[in-house]
Amino acid sequence: MIKVEHLVKKFGLRTAVDDVSFAVDKGTVLGVLGPNGAGKTTTIRMIAGYLPPTAGAVSVNGIDVVADPVAAQKQIGYMPENTPLYDEMTVAGFLGFLAELRGFSGKERDRRVDAILEKCMLAKVRHQTIDTLSKGYRRRTSLAQALLHDPAVLLLDEPTEGLDPNQKQVVRDMIHAMAQEKIILLSTHVLEEVEALCSRAVIISEGRLKADSAPADLKKRSASYNALTVELLAPRAEALQAFGRIPDVERVEFVAGDDRKQVLRLVPRDRQSLAVGAVETAAQHKWMVTEMRSDPGRLDEVFRQITTTADVAKPAV
Amino acid sequence: MEFCAHARAIAKREWSAYFHSPVAYVFIVIFLALAGFFTFSVGGFYEAGQADLRGFFFWHPWLYLILVPAVAMRLWAEERRQGTLEMLFTSAVTPAQAIAGKMAAAWGFLALALALTFPVPLTAAWLGQPDWGVVVSGYLASLLLAGAYLALGMFTSALTRNQVVSFVLAVVGGLFLILAGFQPVTELLARWAPAWVVDGVAAFGFMPHYEAMQRGVLDLRDFLYFGSATGFMLFLTQLVLANRTGR
Ligand SMILES: Nc1ncnc2c1ncn2[C@@H]1O[C@H](COP(=O)(O)OP(=O)(O)OP(=O)(O)O)[C@@H](O)[C@H]1O
Ligand SMILES: [Mg+2]
Repeated sequence: MIKVEHLVKKFGLRTAVDDVSFAVDKGTVLGVLGPNGAGKTTTIRMIAGYLPPTAGAVSVNGIDVVADPVAAQKQIGYMPENTPLYDEMTVAGFLGFLAELRGFSGKERDRRVDAILEKCMLAKVRHQTIDTLSKGYRRRTSLAQALLHDPAVLLLDEPTEGLDPNQKQVVRDMIHAMAQEKIILLSTHVLEEVEALCSRAVIISEGRLKADSAPADLKKRSASYNALTVELLAPRAEALQAFGRIPDVERVEFVAGDDRKQVLRLVPRDRQSLAVGAVETAAQHKWMVTEMRSDPGRLDEVFRQITTTADVAKPAV
Repeated sequence: MEFCAHARAIAKREWSAYFHSPVAYVFIVIFLALAGFFTFSVGGFYEAGQADLRGFFFWHPWLYLILVPAVAMRLWAEERRQGTLEMLFTSAVTPAQAIAGKMAAAWGFLALALALTFPVPLTAAWLGQPDWGVVVSGYLASLLLAGAYLALGMFTSALTRNQVVSFVLAVVGGLFLILAGFQPVTELLARWAPAWVVDGVAAFGFMPHYEAMQRGVLDLRDFLYFGSATGFMLFLTQLVLANRTGR
């Protein structure tokens, strides 16, 4: 379990992380979201035992990271952002070096390196020096390094950044396959990734924890949650009027239609479900409903709602 | 055991990094060329007609003053600049292990360069009968001196991510340590400063210890001096690294 309690990090006068607390259990993939400069990387660095916190506590599987970073790091695989690597080494040489730091030597080291080269699809660049690699291959080398010792805890700072769509999918599948037996914490700016991959998400903004829940629950905070799209056979003006009279409906938007069929969007006052009301209204008027779907909410909307401050919301013209 | 394994892995990586860049070759060539130049032309090796290596060892503190910081400057500054410090210190490596590994590699490299000056004592042997005890203690002193400079350069390298800044700081620091015990400076100081100040400053200097060993005098105190100067600088490096603040 990763446990973060009242974590604070100050750089001089600037507070980068401000009283953040959360816990992650085995089997959870936690997505850390937040705008640029929110403090995601700083938080992850403190969990990884690289930066000492200004205040608060971090523990990994019961080991206090501040008191004994080395013991904690043995449980952790960490993929930093910006992919720092020893540029003059070959891919295999670099992974061999890290395998030695992880306590493997001789045949076991070579076996680990071969296996991870295979797993991260780096076999064909194994003898290439790192400074000649493309960005995506560098990212994969960094991921390989994090997985080398099969750690119980994975900290991945923007793991799919810079990868092509196929590779993104490969990495997501890898994370998915490991999700059951590991504790995984990843930061990302790709919101679809959060929905596809994470069982829980936290949103950090200006160093503070603003939300912590399952992505599906998070989406319910979106203003468009439960907005109902109804397709029906009805005259347009009457339908607009009738649906507008449902008490929970704030407004009815006309989406598309002709003289027979209309597509309308019913926006609730406070994210209530509108299905029953809509069905009743259609039945009263004997209108045939051909399709109906309610909006599950949108993560990007929630993200914007939570993280925009006044000055970001209104860009200077 | 883990300490040794980690230090060895880091030393190995560091060592091959030297030979993967032109630094190693440039360093060795320049070191040998300058050592030869000073010994044979400026030092008047042949003219002195003596089969001793005074003229050779005399110049080492000055050569090291410039060349050792050039070897040491990248040790930490480069890791900071590339960001690999983060990789290193999140892979269950302690600062002490990394310092030991880097020190071993860099010192080993300087020892290699020093060993490649073997034609100088061979020439002396060809000219006459050198006192081999003095030659050996001269080499030992030179190696210890290189180690002390290296530890200083390691410390200044840990302070910054900029190699040039690291180099300049190390040269200035090294100059202080040379001049602190240098005869003309000591005499200058003695004109107006009380004796205890002169002695105090001189005690910091490399030179009295280095010169004593050059004469073939192996005194435990000189070993202790080099040992503690090196150890102290490495200790400071460890403090700096343990208090790192990220980028
Ligand atoms: N070593 C440092 N010294 C001073 N300020 C720092 C340092 N590291 C980070 N910061 C500041 O702390 C804040 C949080 O940075 P952090 O890198 O954690 O953001 P992030 O959420 O990872 O952003 P991004 O999405 O751009 O990666 C920023 O304002 C940054 O400038
Ligand atoms: Mg970041």
